[in-house]
Amino acid sequence: MTPLTHPLTHLVDVNNPLNFKGYCQQKGYAAAKKVLFEYTPAEALDTVKSSGLKGRGGAGFPTGMKWSFLPEFEEDDPRAKEPKYLICNADEMEPGTFKDRLLLEGVPHQLIESMIIAGYIIGATRAYIFLRGEYHLAAKRIQQAIDEAYQASWLGNDIQQSGYSLELHLHTSAGRYICGEETALINALEGKRATPRAKPPFPQVAGLFGKPTIVNNVETLSNLPHIFAHGVEWFQQHAPESDAGTKIYGACGRIKIPGLWELPMGVSIGRLLNDHAGGMCEGLALKGLLPGGASTDFLLPEHLDVAMDYDSIAKAGSRLGTGGLIVLDDKNCPVAMVKNIMQFFAQESCGWCTPCRDGTPWALEILTRIEQGKGTLTDIDELYRLCDFMWIGKTHCALAPGAVEPLRSALNYFTDDFIQHIEEHCCPYQQRGHHG
Amino acid sequence: MTIDLNSNLLTLDYLTEQEKIAIDHELQIMETREACSIEALKIVQLQRGWISDDSLHAIAAYLRIPSADLEGVATFYNLIYRQPVGKYVIHICNSISCHLCGYDAVVSAIKNYLAIEYGQTTSDGMFTLLSNACLGACDQAPVMMIDNQLYQSLTPQNVVDILQTLQAADNKGVGR
Ligand SMILES: Cc1cc2nc3c(=O)[nH]c(=O)nc-3n(C[C@H](O)[C@H](O)[C@H](O)COP(=O)(O)O)c2cc1C
Ligand code: SF4
Ligand code: FES
Repeated sequence: MTPLTHPLTHLVDVNNPLNFKGYCQQKGYAAAKKVLFEYTPAEALDTVKSSGLKGRGGAGFPTGMKWSFLPEFEEDDPRAKEPKYLICNADEMEPGTFKDRLLLEGVPHQLIESMIIAGYIIGATRAYIFLRGEYHLAAKRIQQAIDEAYQASWLGNDIQQSGYSLELHLHTSAGRYICGEETALINALEGKRATPRAKPPFPQVAGLFGKPTIVNNVETLSNLPHIFAHGVEWFQQHAPESDAGTKIYGACGRIKIPGLWELPMGVSIGRLLNDHAGGMCEGLALKGLLPGGASTDFLLPEHLDVAMDYDSIAKAGSRLGTGGLIVLDDKNCPVAMVKNIMQFFAQESCGWCTPCRDGTPWALEILTRIEQGKGTLTDIDELYRLCDFMWIGKTHCALAPGAVEPLRSALNYFTDDFIQHIEEHCCPYQQRGHHG
Repeated sequence: MTIDLNSNLLTLDYLTEQEKIAIDHELQIMETREACSIEALKIVQLQRGWISDDSLHAIAAYLRIPSADLEGVATFYNLIYRQPVGKYVIHICNSISCHLCGYDAVVSAIKNYLAIEYGQTTSDGMFTLLSNACLGACDQAPVMMIDNQLYQSLTPQNVVDILQTLQAADNKGVGR
């Protein structure tokens, strides 16, 4: 592992993360220094744009482009003096996703350095890290790192006498998946009930307290020091043309070595599953997998050659999402798996839009019925209909479409399993004593 | 007409000095009083175990926001308890990786051993059982969290051992 091959994780130590001094000895904060003293914000923004960095929070939106949507005001415009906000989305709660925790617990100063760079580029005066409530160890370590950074004048007024000032605060949430959606997150930070906001206006224009706001994922931000330390060309050489950088991939399920690996963007699913995760556990075969968390479409064993980059996975009919494989083996029931996922979405729906608030529990009810062997063939049509009701454009946020993706793809790919449940009036997997 | 929400009698001596100091600290950090809602709820819950109606009204008055708004926030979050809970709250992950890796058997073992269902507290007030969405340790599934501590790679056997250890530590504490 070197900074050049594993930029995001080469300094990760989950048992004993580097403190401020240790991080500096490893060239920590050197990139932030370079940006603050050698770049204008506009020059640095160009670098981020040309790097091709895309958001790692699930949607894969180009980071530089997102930042360039911030409104620009003439200097004598009073709005030019209004605060801008930078928010790090560390609400990681997508089932099957555990990559941000590694960075938060393992190398907290890297995130702070990243936020200084991002804050400087977008002109933020205040920044927040929005951390999920269950990540207690991460909270402790991040707070410690923030305190150290303040002491060393890497946060606060006139950072390192560069003329740039940034206040950075940690906010810990209290457990609700929807807070990860960026406009819900903003409501949560304001102390309101965390339902998403109707867009437009987008947060870049009217976000936290109505002010221009940028929300980025932990892993997205963590790329910044390395882009400035090693250059845009280096960053791009890790990935196929349409992408750039490395990615922290994960894998879980009944596989030999579940875990996380930082790899060049675009490794194939098969290499990830077989070379890194060691393949399936003894006696099990691969039945299918979700490539990027619970809200992505199933892929099949025939997709093992597909590259794990945004475009390739999309072409195969799914999404890279958070890059964490959830692997379904041949002795776990696919209907039960989809039911478990639907239960999550039904529970976490914020209740604002009818298709989502009513559709997710309705789908759950039908799936429960089918799993118990009490379903009928019309239930399958009903599930497809619900998928249409909850699809993109019919709800305020992407939670409902995210619930549809595993369901609809399972109905398409595992049709026989659904029908077998219905015709045999029981779960064939339980019948064979294999379930769970 | 202006209503002074702060005149609510409850708030004057309901919150302890310690709680007020902690909330005041948050008030300094956040830009509006309302923005401290979650932190304030967590601060009081840490002291009292859960958020009663009285606590809710007192916090709302202290933050000068309507109780109904704070109630909307409090009930939104899984980690804010609006009912009394046991000394240890078991948050067991019931999301997909844990489901695939043996969650069913583990949760059955807990329910059997403690003779409680989800949402219930043991009669001695020691344990409350709650489900939790993905705890972010999917590579060590199945997992649970008790008192900020993560327990990984659970089996029906070792989960009972963990509960017994907590019980034993507690009994010793009482005996001393
Ligand atoms: C229901 C829902 C939950 C989300 N949860 C998270 C999350 O936990 N972490 C995250 O970074 N992004 C999450 N997102 C995506 C964010 O809305 C947003 O796109 C992201 O934080 C942007 O950062 P990026 O551009 O760096 O990826 C979620 C989106 C939805 C619809
Ligand atoms: S889609 Fe669901 S979670 Fe998203 S805003 Fe609508 S009801 Fe809330
Ligand atoms: S699914 Fe249980 S920890 Fe992620």
